Amino acid sequence: MADTASSSRPRLSLRWKQPSVIPGFGITLGFALTYLSLIVLIPLAALLLRPVELGFEGFWTAISSPRVLASLRISFGCAFIAALINGFFGLMVAWVLVRYRFPLKRLVDALVDFPFALPTAVAGIALTGLYAPNGWIGHFLVPLGIKIAFTPLGIIVALTFIGLPFVVRTVQPVLQDLDPEFEDAAASLGATRWQAFLFVVLPSIAPALLTGFALAFARGVGEYGSVIFIAGNMPMKSEVAPLLIVTKLEQYDYAGAAAIAVVMLCVSFLILLGVNYLQRRFSRHREKLA
Amino acid sequence: MTDTVAPVTLAPARPRDARSEPLWLKILLIVASLGFIGFMLVLPLVSVFVEALAKGLGPYFAAISDPDALSAIRLTLLVAAIAVPCNLLFGLCAAWAIAKFDFRGKALLITLIDLPFSVSPVISGLIYVLLFGIHGWLGPTLDHYGIKIIFTTSGLVLATIFVTFPFIARELIPLMQEQGSEEEEAAISLGASGLQTFLRVTLPNVAWGLLYGVLLCNARAMGEFGAVSVVSGHVRGLTNTMPLHVEILYNEYDFVGAFAVASLLALLALVTLVIKSLLEWKFGDRLAAGMKH
Repeated sequence: MADTASSSRPRLSLRWKQPSVIPGFGITLGFALTYLSLIVLIPLAALLLRPVELGFEGFWTAISSPRVLASLRISFGCAFIAALINGFFGLMVAWVLVRYRFPLKRLVDALVDFPFALPTAVAGIALTGLYAPNGWIGHFLVPLGIKIAFTPLGIIVALTFIGLPFVVRTVQPVLQDLDPEFEDAAASLGATRWQAFLFVVLPSIAPALLTGFALAFARGVGEYGSVIFIAGNMPMKSEVAPLLIVTKLEQYDYAGAAAIAVVMLCVSFLILLGVNYLQRRFSRHREKLA
Repeated sequence: MTDTVAPVTLAPARPRDARSEPLWLKILLIVASLGFIGFMLVLPLVSVFVEALAKGLGPYFAAISDPDALSAIRLTLLVAAIAVPCNLLFGLCAAWAIAKFDFRGKALLITLIDLPFSVSPVISGLIYVLLFGIHGWLGPTLDHYGIKIIFTTSGLVLATIFVTFPFIARELIPLMQEQGSEEEEAAISLGASGLQTFLRVTLPNVAWGLLYGVLLCNARAMGEFGAVSVVSGHVRGLTNTMPLHVEILYNEYDFVGAFAVASLLALLALVTLVIKSLLEWKFGDRLAAGMKH
């Protein structure tokens, strides 16, 4: 047991680490922490500190200009609507995949992950091609007076594409594990199928659904590759926040770009906290059921 | 199935229907789901290949074998070939430390590892420009010594490592945690060295999870656009990866060229999906822990 690695470890470590016969703790954790710090933590800290040079006034001016506010509103608004659409259709797809049997089910199940696997730029140009006025879908919409590509509607389409797997993949396993006895009980007590869904199934999967919604929303807010092709990128109308960051960067306005990034990061971080809270509540709920 | 349900008095008139919807509703839901998937996912996929082949095979292959396209392909492979092994090494180390030992701050560490997933791709590139760019904090110093990171391959690699950072670690950590450390303890007590234990006991146990993580990491590394776009500088033939090359061709209205290169990336996505589904199908129970990404 007493190999050199463990005896040369500082005695202090014993207080926060349980002793173990397995070697390699120091070197693996040391490497992991160093790598994490160099790649993730220090650069992110540098980003957070960057707007400091603007001062509070400067920071406020940088993020409260009409163009910046409009881009934030577009990013968050479109991501929210797309996440709502995905919440609805994602739940439906998850439900169908878990509860029903139909041809090609396995293929459909695998396809759900397609937006995770497809590079965003490819998704961007493909969707733009489809929804442009002369595209396969777009030319049906022109007579109806609907324009999707090069408007905020296009952003919503792209973000719906990107976000779908988040909802399906969060809801699906929960739906799978749902004990059928509860629905049987509801039915035997006289509940209609709709009531059983509304009052028995939905409350049990609600945390997962919310988590999937939040993940899709967070992803949509920061999305760049699939959006910039279809959005048209008109300032104030269809310019998303990540694109404005790139624009500011190209004008060497580093602090201005960092200011927008900090605002976006803070909001994403809040969403992440919310998701963690939901998941913890949810796992406690599951333990109670088990 | 539910055939076992037979409570004596409370059984509904038709027990089999207790948990199923009317047929019309089932069909409606299935058709709506298939329609949504077909409309949102399949149609874009098909359109990539149709647009790429719009002018026939000749222009398609000409677009792929264009020198700029070839150098973009080479650069994409190179970046992935550096970024993926780096994150693999990190994933193994992090998973070993987290799964085989008990220490304080573990939950925080796991959260921090997931952090890059919640950062916008553009911001992932931006952080390195802020550090290493011409007006960045370290940029002038590095420039003094003739080291360039932004607008070079190193910048692309850094940004790619950042966006693919959690993939392998988050696959391995739950898997190794679930397996516990009894087998390793047995190996050590029988006199195996740490490295032997890792190679002969741990690695075979997590091999499929590892492959799964590498697969997803690689797909993202080759397809990343936003982060790479910020640090690349878009120099044709030098710092253009495949997704960036797609953008350039598209913006020049060379649609066949853009979709031809895009079709290669779509093919990569399809191959990734097929291998991923095969792995899930064969080792589903063991991979279930981290299927979310």
